[in-house]
Amino acid sequence: MTATAEPEVGKARLRKEDARLITGQTKWTDNIQLTGMLHMAVLRSPVAHARIRGIDCSRATAMPGVALVLTGEDFAAEQGSLPCAWPITEDMKSPPAPAMAVDQVNFAGEAVALVIADNAYRAADALAAIDVDYDELPVVLDLEEALKDQDLVHPDLGTNKCATWVFDSAEAGSGTDVEEAIASAEVVIERTFRQQRLIPSFIEPRSVVVDPSADMFTMWSATQIPHILRWMLAATTGIAEHKIRVIAPDVGGGFGGKLQVTPEELLCLLVARRMGRPVKWTESRTESMLSAHHGRDQIQKVTVSARRDGTVTGLKVELLADMGAYLRLVTPGIPILGAFMFNAIYKFPAYRFVCTNVFTNKTPTDAYRGAGRPEATFAIERMMDELAVELGMDPMKIREMNWIKHDEFPFTTVAGMTYDSGNYEAATARAMELFGYEELREEQERRRSSGDPVQLGIGISTYTEMCGLAPSRVLGALRYGAGGWETASIRMLPTGKVEVITGTSPHGQGHETVWSQIVADRLGVPFEDVEVLHGDTASAHRGMDSYGSRSLTVGGTALVHAADKVLAKARKLAAHMMECDEADVEFASGSFSVRGTSTVRTLSDVVLAAHVAHDLPEGMEPGMDADATFDPDNFSFPHGTHLCATEVDTETGRVRIRSYVAVDDVGTVVNPLIVDGQVHGGLAQGIAQALYEEAIHDETGTLTTATFADYLVPSADDLPSFLTARTATPATSNPLGVKGVGEAGTIASTPAVVNSVLDAVRHLGVRDIEMPLSPERVWTALQGGAADASTPAAGGLGSIDSQGGQS
Amino acid sequence: MHISVNVDGVTYADEVEPRLLLVHYLRERLGKTGTVVGCDTGNCGACTVHLDGHSVKSCQMFAVQANGHEVTTIEGLARDGKLHPVQEAFRSNHALQCGFCTPGMIMQAIDLLADEPDPDDETVRKGLEGNLCRCTGYQNIVRAVQDAAHRMRPGAGPKLEQHSDEHITAKQPVGGE
Repeated sequence: MTATAEPEVGKARLRKEDARLITGQTKWTDNIQLTGMLHMAVLRSPVAHARIRGIDCSRATAMPGVALVLTGEDFAAEQGSLPCAWPITEDMKSPPAPAMAVDQVNFAGEAVALVIADNAYRAADALAAIDVDYDELPVVLDLEEALKDQDLVHPDLGTNKCATWVFDSAEAGSGTDVEEAIASAEVVIERTFRQQRLIPSFIEPRSVVVDPSADMFTMWSATQIPHILRWMLAATTGIAEHKIRVIAPDVGGGFGGKLQVTPEELLCLLVARRMGRPVKWTESRTESMLSAHHGRDQIQKVTVSARRDGTVTGLKVELLADMGAYLRLVTPGIPILGAFMFNAIYKFPAYRFVCTNVFTNKTPTDAYRGAGRPEATFAIERMMDELAVELGMDPMKIREMNWIKHDEFPFTTVAGMTYDSGNYEAATARAMELFGYEELREEQERRRSSGDPVQLGIGISTYTEMCGLAPSRVLGALRYGAGGWETASIRMLPTGKVEVITGTSPHGQGHETVWSQIVADRLGVPFEDVEVLHGDTASAHRGMDSYGSRSLTVGGTALVHAADKVLAKARKLAAHMMECDEADVEFASGSFSVRGTSTVRTLSDVVLAAHVAHDLPEGMEPGMDADATFDPDNFSFPHGTHLCATEVDTETGRVRIRSYVAVDDVGTVVNPLIVDGQVHGGLAQGIAQALYEEAIHDETGTLTTATFADYLVPSADDLPSFLTARTATPATSNPLGVKGVGEAGTIASTPAVVNSVLDAVRHLGVRDIEMPLSPERVWTALQGGAADASTPAAGGLGSIDSQGGQS
Repeated sequence: MHISVNVDGVTYADEVEPRLLLVHYLRERLGKTGTVVGCDTGNCGACTVHLDGHSVKSCQMFAVQANGHEVTTIEGLARDGKLHPVQEAFRSNHALQCGFCTPGMIMQAIDLLADEPDPDDETVRKGLEGNLCRCTGYQNIVRAVQDAAHRMRPGAGPKLEQHSDEHITAKQPVGGE
């Protein structure tokens, strides 16, 4: 076996995954064709809130190719309730969440009937022949109105208030009382921000295939969470868990949007059981946008108190968070993840966070890239700018005087988190240098004084975030229903090749490449000799899957531990083979040697000896495989400084990003190519929230942005080139020193862009503009109007087909 | 209706429903699942293929409109086990993450390079605006297309998939576009 010539960790390896993805040899769920397979199409409610008086399926049932038409009544006895794994408080209100509505629909897009036919076209045809009689109810859409409880989404609950969750630093002992801080403050700033509703918009539509043959239910699903899905399907349906196998084949993006146990997964399973034949469902884009969960959607009231010199003294956050009509897998916990991040990198002595979760007649919300932390980061980074304006200070100076200094780590924050490492000064210095901060300020001044119709703005975001979900004990304390560990196995094959089995479930992140790098380094085997297996509960039997920027910090560490177990056993056997004391065995570059001699056994030799088992030390089991499960002690806390320069055309309201610098500290980097790619993609989504995207419901609760013609996912022409760089303070909470990177760009970029636009136009009398900062909203604000949700940002072309389907 | 279509060098003769979309014909009938559907409305471009050397969105065309024409999909690009320079460039520039938009993006990039052999950043961005990617932020895609342009320069590598103007203009326009 050849040893690796140079360390794999840190190397810009091209991805193993790409060979199949660039040639069309990919295995997407929708590619699967099974003998005798039937196709499912779902009829969705066109109204947001109604009683179902009756459903007539007779015409649809008689149509050619149609095998079966089913309604919620047909499933009532077996469908149970879709799981919510995060009851954030003991008294949280949680309505039943049927996969298919039985007698009442609570959002437009909710499933009310389904057709099973011999092909997808015929299934879609039959949807149009189903007659549903709706008795419409008043719709509840606005969060503040909803809290008045005049109309109720779920009358049985008696209220639209789902739960209230509080963190108070005085009560927790992590800080002082914020009301006292505010009462005695020299300066108090209070602002309200709106986090618009977003749609994750993974490009691969969701798809499910269930094969009930061979005394086993095999489900292929475009999911981020095959392991959690299997567990939840068993818990919901009563089908024994060992009779369910879930496979996440190639999955085309997720961004949290595929972190779900969906109605359609459950329905496909139940129909396949009923029919005894394989069933496939693949959604249309409009179905995806109507019914797959949305993200964000909060109203944030934030109060910061400070001294006149700029030192912050208190932070109070009051949130209203829109749950939508039902609680999906982790819906109620998403805004709570922000609770620990509003204080960000700053040394607030007093902090209080109150979040009220509210039901509305809208598509349920749940995880979307960043999940709670982008919202928090936006609010605090906007507030730091507001405070700087109030005090007439430079916005970077005010951050600098309040942030945690590099020599203060580890630092326990007012929210009770212990940040293990970081260097905000270093990241900021690098960003300022790359950006040309002073020169841009001078240009800004020139444009202001000359009254240039195109004004220049500079926006700052000095963010941190918490990721790598997570220590299981912390998740338990937050009443989350599962743990945060991750598992890895290493199988040493007799020829010396290596199979790695991971509980993470990649959907674009490149785990096959990066996990190979880690194992190749640890075991001293060639990168090409490592194969990574994932996403199939039959081979990767245990795992907590991929979300929350956890895969490398938690799953990668499990891999390191498994490799170390392999080496520990191999060392014993090598000593036996070389007839020496184990203490004299050295391991380097894939070979064991006896210290001070030329005796060598490669790992491959040792693995073969373990496999044939002809001569093993007393008591040693044959084989050289190892399993490890890692439960982290702490989250990881990536951070960085992002600077954005925008040009705002004051005559048209158009915003153009002139330059964007992102300096991120994600600890040790295993593959710089992949890290840069994650940052680029994250930036694109964060910028999209700032400038383009918004899910809009009209006054009847119809989603009017349910196609890519209406919901503005940015194209190449809508985004700038980014300048990315890194500083590195290794995490101390894992042996690789890595921090998460999947969400950092999204979390950081939104406030950088909005701060920049406001910086360009504030001197013209604009105080705030609600996201997304469309030309119309910016222009309206410049005319002195209210640039809020009353001005539609986008969409409204009315081009959606609210029946869903593939028409 | 009866159609005859050459897809990736093989001629197929099939009876199809007039309403069958080209992308579904490719995927369901021919098993060419390398071409995918992303949005149904012609916005995302994931389904992009070449019809007689020009990029088209195969979810916006009926299979019958391809009758008598040549279709090239992502699966027909590599020749004799050798990747197309644009495929190579996507891999070496990390221009894909989940890879779902990639087949369409590559097909569109090839079409773009046929018209613009040395495109600047803005030309690439405008040329790809009908193809959405949610993962990469486009930066590495832009880089890959420019890198491919270098690889495809005369003498820089095998001349694959480069259509001369005569070849394109000799073909009949298709499908009422």
